[in-house]
Amino acid sequence: MGYQLSFNQIWRNFDKLTNGVILSLELAVIAILIGALIGLALAVIYVSSGRVVRAIISSYVEFIRNVPLLLLVYLAFYGLPTVVNLAYDASTSFIATLSLYAGAYLVEVFRSGLEAVPKGLLDAGKAMGLTPWQRLLYVRLPTMTRITLPALSNTFISLFKDTSIASVIAVPELTWGAQWINNRTFRIVEVYAVTTVMYLVTGYAILFGLRLLERRFRVER
Amino acid sequence: MAQLIDAIVYAIPYLMSGLGMTLLVSLIVVVLSLVAGVVLGVGLIYGPLSLRWLIRLLTDSIRGIPILVLIFAVYYGLPPLGLNLSSFWAAVLALTLFKTAQVIEYTRGAVSSIPRGQMEAAKSIGLIFGQRLRYVIFPQATRRFLPPWVNGVTDAVKGSALVSLLGVVDLMQAINQVIGRTYEPMPLYLLGAVMYFAINYSLSSLSRVLERRYAYIKE
Repeated sequence: MGYQLSFNQIWRNFDKLTNGVILSLELAVIAILIGALIGLALAVIYVSSGRVVRAIISSYVEFIRNVPLLLLVYLAFYGLPTVVNLAYDASTSFIATLSLYAGAYLVEVFRSGLEAVPKGLLDAGKAMGLTPWQRLLYVRLPTMTRITLPALSNTFISLFKDTSIASVIAVPELTWGAQWINNRTFRIVEVYAVTTVMYLVTGYAILFGLRLLERRFRVER
Repeated sequence: MAQLIDAIVYAIPYLMSGLGMTLLVSLIVVVLSLVAGVVLGVGLIYGPLSLRWLIRLLTDSIRGIPILVLIFAVYYGLPPLGLNLSSFWAAVLALTLFKTAQVIEYTRGAVSSIPRGQMEAAKSIGLIFGQRLRYVIFPQATRRFLPPWVNGVTDAVKGSALVSLLGVVDLMQAINQVIGRTYEPMPLYLLGAVMYFAINYSLSSLSRVLERRYAYIKE
């Protein structure tokens, strides 16, 4: 008794998967934007503060990095509303979780990026009479952005893959779409084959685009 | 407050046995992926072109798929193809594939960081390939391999939380089961987070210690 492959049911419900990919990408884009804001703000604060503030930022980073994302998703969606008066839908909850998650990883990225800006550039800015704020805005941040671009693209790809975890709280992204089709048609092998290919193609297409962008803005060293 | 403490005291034994499962899954995954990853990593550097392409394709595909999808694909996808795995072994297999791809990269990074002259010198004193790896390359590469590898073990522990979605009662699933009975989600999720944190933070701290310890190695 062999298993007969039949993709008909998959193509018939293909919109679940295409909508899923689009939602996955949206979740990842929103999370990296909010995460980048969190990461950047905390990294700037980190490099210019004393021990106590650094310890607080580090404990946020270490907590997020050392706990499974699945648990954080459950914690935010099922746990938080029981202690604070807060009602949000699954997508909002997931975006909040993934943004905080991205933020923790990006603090490290931006921090090392800020430290990698050559001292000479900052001294040059000082010699030109730029205020500390101007040095940060016109010298440090632009240079840091170019240095951190590769790490940012890697984080984005990794977030895109992490959006699959949103399926556990029924956010209709790609993995959820796959489960939906699977539950109704039982074309298990086909649906996961198609889903896998969709993750791979989307992920590598984005990565290719980002690498082109990186090459355009590469810092010559 | 007393109720809260009761809930936690009630939960502890369940969480401990769940923790045991989490550690067991992680341990098997870490050991299997270490062996497979080092062998394939060496193949990626020294193998014939066709083998190198094959390993590249394998690692790049695995790294492009979310772990959750990998776990579902292995668990649901293999039985129709004639391979019946229990949820435990399906989860272990999927996580091992994911970790192996990582270990291949660590191995490649560590071995290719050893200067070419080392290999040539070993050749010139008449060592065969296996000896060259064993006595010349590996002892040097280990120091570069160890810090990222230890840090990467946290990915196995974190990834193992996904086995709960196949019904394996690991720490994550134990937490969910206890919550199903006590309706105290927040303290239990936090308790679980602390337990995961304790394991992973120790590992990442160890990785940092190793990194500092081997920092003297320069080109």
